[in-house]
Amino acid sequence: MSNPTEDIEIRLLLEGIFRRYHYDFRGYSMASVKRRLAQARERFGCSTYSRLQDLVLHDAAAFTSLLSFLTVQVSELFRDPAYFRALRELVIPHLKTYPSIKVWVAGCSAGEELYSLAILFREEGIEDRAMFYGTDINPEALQKAEAGVYELDRIPQFTRNHQLSGGKSSLAEYYTAGYGAAIIDKSLRKRAVFSDHSLVADSVFGEMQLISCRNVLIYFDRELQDRAIGLFKDSLVRKGFLGLGAKESLRFSQHADAFAEFSREERIYQKRGAV
Amino acid sequence: MSESEIIQSGERKMSIRAVVIGTSAGAVDALLRILPKLPESFVPPVIVVVHLPADRRSVMVELFEARCRIAVREVEDKEPLVPGTIYFAPPDYHVLVEADGRLSLSSEEPVHYSRPSIDVLFESAADVFCPSLVGVVLTGANMDGATGLRMIQRGGGAVVVQRPDSAYASTMPQAALDACPGALSLTLDQIADYLCELTMVR
Ligand SMILES: C[S@@+](CC[C@H](N)C(=O)[O-])C[C@H]1O[C@@H](n2cnc3c(N)ncnc32)[C@H](O)[C@@H]1O
Repeated sequence: MSNPTEDIEIRLLLEGIFRRYHYDFRGYSMASVKRRLAQARERFGCSTYSRLQDLVLHDAAAFTSLLSFLTVQVSELFRDPAYFRALRELVIPHLKTYPSIKVWVAGCSAGEELYSLAILFREEGIEDRAMFYGTDINPEALQKAEAGVYELDRIPQFTRNHQLSGGKSSLAEYYTAGYGAAIIDKSLRKRAVFSDHSLVADSVFGEMQLISCRNVLIYFDRELQDRAIGLFKDSLVRKGFLGLGAKESLRFSQHADAFAEFSREERIYQKRGAV
Repeated sequence: MSESEIIQSGERKMSIRAVVIGTSAGAVDALLRILPKLPESFVPPVIVVVHLPADRRSVMVELFEARCRIAVREVEDKEPLVPGTIYFAPPDYHVLVEADGRLSLSSEEPVHYSRPSIDVLFESAADVFCPSLVGVVLTGANMDGATGLRMIQRGGGAVVVQRPDSAYASTMPQAALDACPGALSLTLDQIADYLCELTMVR
């Protein structure tokens, strides 16, 4: 049985964070939030969530570090290569018919997913007509994304993923290595715009041909998921594409009817035309 | 463990709302001795974490679907738990139980080098279902599951561990026993019987 006092404290803490800092975690998947708050509480050395609340409400710097517990930042270049292979083989041929292409990566973390798409687009010869918009709520992640700098020891995995995704070139063409880090090529970064945008609180993002939102919805409860999916629906052009994470789907969403399954296996959906 | 002790511990089984199982090295053979025996009338949902390579599709569902008498699925995010169904955690995601009885996925950091992690499932299941929960730790070569099983025990749930001397890899069951003195320590066949009884008592 969960501890009722603790559940109350956690609700109050999330409410406090919302009122004080306007970050709204109240509708996130609670099991995972609880786990991460427990880790944070231990790290901050607070014996109760009420003490943690006291700390973060009065200390903005403490809140910033709490934010890194509340948002999960795990990502990779070409994470789930089969997804990128499906985009390459099935979606890109459609995108090639557009004179200009807008791509939104929602919950972009440190930019891994966005740069994967930019590399893919370059390999497929459509990068010069594309703009990539990466959004997230974690300011630290957005800064890293903009810098496009990754630890060198992550590169072997990235390279393997890229090859498995059907990569037509060597990943080494897209970064320069130095000082223990790999920096994404400037020409790729030039097509990327990163900004602070919350799927919980902010509004539509306008006229996208492709939206990729992977491993973000799993952290939301169903109501929030529906809000986000509604945003995607309203931000896509007719026949635009929506790609989700490997274990996410529209199955439990009220907006499911607005989309057709495009690649069932890789969780790619296409917005239906007007009826 | 004597016969009467096993039967005694059966008393509280009537209200069991879920069974959680965790296993690693030697998992498939061990689960094959248990899951196919669960009868069609088996009520509580069974959630299973097996440590699997992250970069490959899991064949668990195909493997067990053909051999089990109840439904077998791989967990989808926010999937509601349905009675009489076995849920396998997908590779590369943690599985957590939400208060409304749905399952959530998460790609948080691995725990004990494992994603999915047994501890993560067990701790969240304990939070929602204890004391009406059965936790089972089987063969495996690391320590994952011990902390989670202790949470289930503390919450008043039933805890069952494969007898280490009968396990393909004894580290995991031994760690679980060390963390949970008083856990039932049984062979695979006894564990199968124990779970089947959960249905018979009603
Ligand atoms: C696990 S990462 C996913 C990274 C990448 N998309 C991938 O699949 O590899 C989840 C990201 O979602 C972001 N996030 C969490 N809540 C959000 C919200 N309300 N709006 C936008 N992004 C959010 C987190 O900050 C984090 O960077």
